[in-house]
Amino acid sequence: MPAIAVQRLGEYTVQLRQPPRIVGAFTLMGPREGAGPLGQYFDAIVDDDMWGEVSAEKAERKYLEHAARRALDQAGLAEQDVDYLIAGDLLNQIVSATFSARSLGIPYLGVFAACATSALGLGLAAMLVDGGYARRVLVATASHYQSVERQYRYPIELNIQRKETNQWTATGGAAAVVAPPGEGAGPRITRITFGRVVDWGIKDANDMGAAMAPAACDTLLRHFQDTNTTPGDYDLIITGDLAKVGSKLFRALVERVGVTLGGKHMDGGASMYGTAPWAGAGASGSVCSMAVLLGYVYKEMARGRYRRVLALPTGCLHSPTTWQQGDSCPGISHAIVLETD
Amino acid sequence: MIYFWAFVIGGLICALTQLVHIYVPRLTPGHLLVGLTVTGAVLNGFGWYDALIKFAGAGALVPVSGFGASITRGVLQETQKLGWEGLFTGTLEFVGLGIAAGVLFAALAALVAVPRA
Repeated sequence: MPAIAVQRLGEYTVQLRQPPRIVGAFTLMGPREGAGPLGQYFDAIVDDDMWGEVSAEKAERKYLEHAARRALDQAGLAEQDVDYLIAGDLLNQIVSATFSARSLGIPYLGVFAACATSALGLGLAAMLVDGGYARRVLVATASHYQSVERQYRYPIELNIQRKETNQWTATGGAAAVVAPPGEGAGPRITRITFGRVVDWGIKDANDMGAAMAPAACDTLLRHFQDTNTTPGDYDLIITGDLAKVGSKLFRALVERVGVTLGGKHMDGGASMYGTAPWAGAGASGSVCSMAVLLGYVYKEMARGRYRRVLALPTGCLHSPTTWQQGDSCPGISHAIVLETD
Repeated sequence: MIYFWAFVIGGLICALTQLVHIYVPRLTPGHLLVGLTVTGAVLNGFGWYDALIKFAGAGALVPVSGFGASITRGVLQETQKLGWEGLFTGTLEFVGLGIAAGVLFAALAALVAVPRA
C-alpha cells in the first residue's frame, strides 16, 4: 500500500500541494472604518453603521451576508458553485454566520476563533480545496461595534468609560472565495500554521492586545522554525488585531528571542483608525483582520507591492462569563502565507 | 461656603473612585457602583456620612455613596419606630423616590433615544 503523502512541514505547518487562490474578495465596512487610513482599500462603505436595522445584531448579519454575496459576484460565481461556506463571528452561538448561512443555502461550517476567524477560515478553505474535498469554498466573517460591546462588555447605552488599552470593534463584513489555482489570478494560500492556545494569565479583558501578543509570537516562531524562513523572506508580516498595546508587546517578545522584524511588521488593528483618540489602542473584531487582509493586503498584492505576505490574525478566546469568574484570557493566532505568482 | 465644600468633597469621592477604576482593572463599573453604595451605607451606620452631608451638601449626596447612606438612615429611623421590622420597611424609605425616578426616566429615554456608536 503506498504511503499517503503528508503535506506538512516541521511540527505545525501545512504545505499545500497545489496552493489554492483567493479568486474573489469583498470588504463591506461601516462609516468609521471607511473614514480611517485604510478606507480607500475597502470595496464598499455603508454610511449608517446600523444599516437601517433595528438592532446591531441584525445589522451585523446583514454585513456578513452582503459581503458573502458580493464576494461571489466578484468571482463571477453563484451559491451553487461553492461547496462550503466557512463563517464565524463574535456573538454567542456565532449567530451572524449561522443566520447568513440560512439564507445563502450553502453547506455551512461554522467556526470560532474570535478575531482570528479570518485565518482559520481561509486556512481550512485552502486545505479543503487542495485536498479535493471542495471545488470552491466561501469564507466570511463580520463584526459590529455595538453588538460585540453588548456581547463581551456592556451595552453601549450604559456609557461605560473606555480605557486606553480598550480596542474598538470594527463594524463590517468581509468574504473571500477560495478556489483551485487554475482559476483567476489572485494570491495563493501556500502555507498554514494553525496556532496553539497560549495563555500568559492576562486577566484584564480590557487589554486583549496583551493577551494575544504571546500567541502571535508563538505561532510566528513555530512558523519560522517549520518553514526555515526568516522575516527577510516575507515582504510583509501582518498581525491581526493586536492594536497599539499588543503590537508593542509582540515586537518586544519577538526581539527577545533574537528575531528582528525590521520594518516588515504591520498590525491591522493599529492601522484601521490611525490615531483617532476614541479608538483607544486600535481596532479589533473578527472583521478587522479579514478586512485588512482582503482590503489592504489583497489589493497591494495585486498592484505588485507585496509578493509574499505572512498573515497572523490573533484572537482572544475568553467569554464574558469566564472573565467575570476570574479566569484569564487565552489567546490564539493562526498563520497563513499569501503569495502572488 | 457649602458650595465650595460640595465641589471639593464631591470631586474627591469621584476622583478616588476613578483612581480605583483605573488601577484595579479587575473591578467592573458594577463593582464600583456597589462598592461605593455599601461604603456610604456602612459609614452612615455610625452617622458619619450624614455629618458629611451636613458639611458638603450635594457634594456628598449626589455620588452613589449618598444613596447608600440614605438606605441606612431609613433603616435606623424605622427600627426606632417598629423595632427589627424596620430593617425591611426602612430600606427603601428615602431611596424609593430615586429608584422610581430612575426607572421612569430610563423608560422615557429609551422611548425617544436610539444608541449610536
